[in-house]
Parts: sequence; structure tokens; C-alpha cells
Amino acid sequence: MHKLLKDSPGQSVMLLGNEAIARGAVEAGVAFATTYPGTPSSEISLNLFQISQESDLYFEYSTNEKVALEVAAAAANSGLRTFCMMKHVGLNVAADPLMTLAYVGVTGGMVILSADDPAMFSSQNEQDNRYYAKFGNLPMLEPSSVAEAKQMTQYAFELSEKLQQPVLLRTTTRINHSNAFVSFGPILPAKTRGFFIPDPQRCVTVPAVSRQLHVKLLERMAAAKEISEISEYNLIQGSGRMGIVANGVSFHYALDAVKDLGVEDKTKILRIGFSNPLPEKQIKEFLGSCDRVLVIEEGEAFMEEAVKAFGQEAGIVIPVGGKSEKLFSCLSEYDPAMVREKIAQFFGFEYMLPEKLPMDDVPPIPVRPPNLCSGCSHRATLYEVQQAAKDMNIICPTDIGCYTLGFLPPLSTGDFVICMGSSVSTSCGFSKATDQKIVSFIGDSTFFHSGITGLVNAVFNNHNFTLVILENDITAMTGHQPHPGVDMQRFGLDGHKKIDIETLVKAIGVEQVSIIKPFKVKKSIEAIRQALDYKGVSVIISREPCALYAKSLGLLQPRAFAVSDRCVDHKECINSIACPSFYLENGKVKIDAQTCVGCAVCAQICPENAIVPLKN
Amino acid sequence: METTRLIMVAVGGQGNLLASKVLGEAALISGVPVRMSEIHGMAQRGGVVESAIVFGDATSTIISDGEADILMGFEPAETLRALNRCSTKTRIITNTAMLPPFTVSIGRGVYPEIETIKKLLKEKCASLVAFDAMALAKEAGSPMSVNIVLLGALVQSGGLQFSKENVIEAIKRRTKTAFLDKNLKAFELGYQAACG
Repeated sequence: MHKLLKDSPGQSVMLLGNEAIARGAVEAGVAFATTYPGTPSSEISLNLFQISQESDLYFEYSTNEKVALEVAAAAANSGLRTFCMMKHVGLNVAADPLMTLAYVGVTGGMVILSADDPAMFSSQNEQDNRYYAKFGNLPMLEPSSVAEAKQMTQYAFELSEKLQQPVLLRTTTRINHSNAFVSFGPILPAKTRGFFIPDPQRCVTVPAVSRQLHVKLLERMAAAKEISEISEYNLIQGSGRMGIVANGVSFHYALDAVKDLGVEDKTKILRIGFSNPLPEKQIKEFLGSCDRVLVIEEGEAFMEEAVKAFGQEAGIVIPVGGKSEKLFSCLSEYDPAMVREKIAQFFGFEYMLPEKLPMDDVPPIPVRPPNLCSGCSHRATLYEVQQAAKDMNIICPTDIGCYTLGFLPPLSTGDFVICMGSSVSTSCGFSKATDQKIVSFIGDSTFFHSGITGLVNAVFNNHNFTLVILENDITAMTGHQPHPGVDMQRFGLDGHKKIDIETLVKAIGVEQVSIIKPFKVKKSIEAIRQALDYKGVSVIISREPCALYAKSLGLLQPRAFAVSDRCVDHKECINSIACPSFYLENGKVKIDAQTCVGCAVCAQICPENAIVPLKN
Repeated sequence: METTRLIMVAVGGQGNLLASKVLGEAALISGVPVRMSEIHGMAQRGGVVESAIVFGDATSTIISDGEADILMGFEPAETLRALNRCSTKTRIITNTAMLPPFTVSIGRGVYPEIETIKKLLKEKCASLVAFDAMALAKEAGSPMSVNIVLLGALVQSGGLQFSKENVIEAIKRRTKTAFLDKNLKAFELGYQAACG
């Protein structure tokens, strides 16, 4: 039995934040869950995917976040408890349904999880999604700890059902990827079959209907505000006159700080966990009982601006600090020592800055940048494109996936990336705005996510570029989730159809389509040259399974190569493809037989044919 | 209860996440509150994996620069890289078996001398236990058990609020039965190595 399905109330289990969230949903009787995977949210869906295989939970990896949210919206309007989870930038993709679903509301509890990533451990920006709650009029909950993440997830379903409104559960990486002991509660049996009762005056958002719905939405948010005012998640600790308002992980940094500074009797902390609508009355009362207030929140000045406005309305004139040059930044994440220092500084508490170890005699330490894996087919494809386009001035728009790493030397292939699917559409723009040759890259999962519409645009508007679709049969970057091009039998699941990218691309109207096997270097370069010569939209589908995944499934039997004594030290292999299996020994290139999987790309590019299969 | 802050740094694949789980379990058995945070974004692709483990009453799950009570490094250059997490009071335990980054392997970076690394760690911090954990892991029968060897050294060198017996019990609960004998041997070898 899956560890998160155990019906053992009271049991204390060490859980990852994301596991705690999945368990919270299970305890709430979740019946329906959808997602598109994205770090730092991925383990929530991974666990629910596994759970769905041994319970009545319906779970799907949808093609993108907009689709996931719309699928979920229907389930939640059929009365089912529904969970839709994604990373912060995913909510941008889902923003269209989000804004109007807020008008329509739900009949079954619906929780939308946004996993924000301050400091951008694995994201392209650090946007603060609390503004979506305000923008769209959604009640919002923000946990401060792993244990609370479970509790709040469960409560979010109840709250949503009570208000008939989707609830936004907003986490940050340090919640998703922390571990702590969590106490299991009882599991509510799930209602697994829904029934949709047509209600056009609520569910068909023509202007006349939506005008009424907007009125009702504001009424629901007024009700939400009443709940926020008395919510146990907006709590005050301490009774001093130095006030701190904090949310999320910052609350714990502040708690530790006042203890370390020995100022527990002088301070009080208002922890905001129910953060939209904010508890206006509670905050005004809090301000009225303080001499100074410091707002501690990673990201933007979301609470600070409101706190200042509430103070102004209530006629309370006290210093309120937050984001400023001397205090807190909107950049990156916070840490306990930094919060301690700023608290001491703002309130004038005694504090000795800790001594720093002198580091000037520490030699430079070689960096350990992430690299494409040994035997990764992306390395081969990117190399081949560089070879085929050797004498051309090319722009290489790329996309979100492992292959983004190709922008690093020596492959240096990747010139522009802003979001999922942007490789295709920006190629359209570059091809019209410049006379440069354009070759862009997109993974198969990303192509299904949001590359298809860009390709339709390219064919319709007769753009001129080559799109390389890297078909490695899995969503590799986020930990090997399936996508619509994957054979689900491999996951032991029946009833799924596999969508063939080649057929799809041809059906869109792309006339020049070629398939390459990237480990056949010469042939691939030839095919890429032909595509580059073509005027109009050409597509190259580079087919080779993800080596890491194939290895984990036992589909790939590594057969290591070695450098023979024919090597005369060109170092062409290291200098052009930089596979992590290479190393230098006394200045000579060697191959680590433990990690080499035998893709033989280096063997094909060695001018002396010096790289040969290792003899056993 | 006093707070003990432990940082573990490793290269992807060295098993420090399992080491964290064992320590978490040992804390549970011993009734010591514990919270852990991990950063392993690109671990599978050769990056650095860092775990922060906070034992005791503090409620934060991460550890600021200069505030680690113990730093345990699975790879010497990574231990040195994490020196900014330490103070003069920090105890350091490090494996001395090198895993040169790819940049060094292909001649685009210089790996510091191991003796220089040891000297710097020793000079700047409270104490240093440095030994070849890979050699001991092999002696125990599995190069995969470097993490458990290091746990042995960690327990011996003090600073944790729980006993050797409880860590052994945690190893029994948290590691695969097929590897248990090798892991228990690895643990003992690491423990002995730290005795000096």
C-alpha cells in the first residue's frame, strides 16, 4: 500500500512537504486531480499518480496547466473534491480559465496549488503568485511548515466547498522540499462520481451572466473575509509592542530570531496564513497595539502595501517597515540570520553581527555546473545542428527542458528562451524580423504543452525556420513523467492513446519533415543540412529515448567505449561534445567505463577513429 | 532543547538524502525534534546536493551562512566550498576521496591539493575529522555505503543529541535489508575511523 494511503490516524511519519500536501488531499477525500509537472511541485503529482493506481482517485497528467485547470473545473462543478497543482509559472498558462472560473465558482471543493520558487532553484523567474489571488478574487492559504502544509491542504477543500469558490494554496520551494514529521489524520471517504446540474445563469459566462456573477463573486469574497478575520491560520504570538507581520517560512525565521535575540517579551508576531482576503480588522487592531511594525515576506510587498493602507485608514501613525534598500529585498529567498539582523536593526535591539570566517586564503574551487547526462541524445542532436550550420549565422531559440543546458559551452546552442513553447513562436518572430537562419529546439513534452499552436501559426503565416523536436519519449527534466507521446503500457496502464508527433506535424501542414536517429552522426548532419536548405517551415524529429530513463527501466544495456592507443590527442571529443564520461589522465583523454553508456557519438567524431568499444 | 545545525554537502548520487532520512529516523526514535531542507535541483545531472538538518527547538528548516554547528562533506572540494556555512565553532567531518568536477576532468579548472583543503578546514574551524570514506565503504563491501560510513564518523565525533544505538536502529529501519550487513559494517568502520 502507498505510504500516503495508510489509514493510521495519529501515526507520525517523516514526509517531504509535497508528500504532506498529497496526504492532506487524501485525508480531505480528494476524488479528482490534474497537473502538468513542474518543480518544485512535481512530487505532489507523482504521489497522487501512484495513489490513483491503487485507489478510486482519478488522476491525470494533462497536456498543460490550462488544460489541467479546465479539466479540474468540470470535475469541481460536478461536485467532486478536485485538486489541480502546478509550479508558479504554470499558473500563467492557466490564468485564462482561472480568472473566469473564479466568477463561476465550484460545487465540489477545489484547491489550486501554486508552488512558487523564490531564489529560482529551478525556474526562469521568481514571480510572486499571491497577486493571482488578489487579481482573480480567490481565497488564499499559505503554510509556514510541512505539518501545516498537510493541515491547510485539507482545510482548503472545506473552505472551497463552503464558499463555493476555488481556493489558491500557495507554497514556496522551502515548504515543498523540506522534510518534517507529520501526524496522520483520518481519511475522509471520497465521493468519486459526480453529477452536473446545468445552471446556465452561473456556468455560461456571456456578458449578461458575468455581470451578475461578478456581483456574487464580490459577495463570496466578503464572506471569505469574515472567515479570514477569525481564522486560526491568522494567529498572534507574543504581547510586546514591537510588531512583526510575517507569512510562510519567514514566520519561523522571525520566531527563531526573537528567541535568539532574547526579545520575546518585547515583540509580538502576526502570522498571516489566510492571506486573501487579508484580515483587515485584525491587522488594524494589531497596528493599534504596536509602536513599530516590520513586515517580513519573501517576494513582493504584498502584505506590506495592505498593512500600510489599513494603517492609513485607521489613522494609525507608526513606522511600518518592509521592503527597502536597508531592510528587505524583493530578490531571492530569506534566511534566519538575515531576518534576525533586520529585526534587530529595525527595532533597535542589541545585536552583534556574527564573525565571518576569513576566506581570502581559500583557493578557487572548480565549479560543478549541471551537464547533460552521459549518452544524452540531446548532446548529439545539438552537436549535429552546430556541424550542419557551421558556416551559417544562426539563431537558436530553445525551450524549457534538459536541452536548455545546451546553451553552455562547448555546445553553446541556445539563444533565447522565456517560457514553455516559446522556441516555436519566437522562431516565427525572428524569421520575419531578421535575415538570419533560425533553428529552434523543443522537447516532446514541451511541444505537446504549448509548441503545437506556435507551429500552426508558423505554417499559416508561412514563416521560415527549422524546428528540431527532441523526442525522447518522456518528460525528463521534472523526473520522468509521461506525456501524450508516451506509450502508457510502459507505466503498466491501459486505456491511453499515444499521439504520434510525426503524423501530427504533417497534419498541421509542415511539408519538410525528417526523422533522425541522433546517434548516427553523419546521416543526421546530412538530414539537418537538407532541412536548413528548405525555404519555409521544416521540422526535424530527433528520436532517441532519454538515456537516464531507459537505463532505469533496463531498456538500455550500457556498453562502454574506450580510447585506444590510436589517439593522437586532438581532443576533438572533449572540446566539441564534453560528455561527462570523459576525463584526462596525464593529459590523455580517457572514458569512465562506469558511466559511459555506449552512444558512440564520440567514436564517430574522433578524426583518428581512436574510440572503440571496450573489450571485456 | 538545544539546537544543533548540521549541513551535509555531496555530489548527486552519493546518497546524502538517504543519510538525512536515517538521521531523521534516529531523531524520531530519540524524541529529538527535527526539520530538514534539501536542494537537489540538478543532482542527477552532476550538480551539488545540500541538506540542512536542524535538530532541537529552532523552528526554521534552513541554516544561514556561518551558522552550521557541524558540516559533513561527502567530497573534499564540496566541503571546502561550504566553508562559508561555518564559523570558528563548527566541527567538520569530511571524506577525502575526490570526485573531480567535470570541468577539472577536461582540464578547465584546477582541483585544490587535498592537503591544502585539510589544512584550511582545520585552521578555520573547531575540529576536523578527515578520512577516506570510499576506502572504508569498499572495505565494508559496497562503494555505495560512503554515506553510512560518514554517519558512523558523525555519531562518533559527537554533537548530536542521540546515541549510536538509535542511529543503528534507524539504519535498520531505513536502509534496504539486502544491504544491512554491509551498512552496519560501514557504519562501524566510519565510527572507528573518527576515533582517530
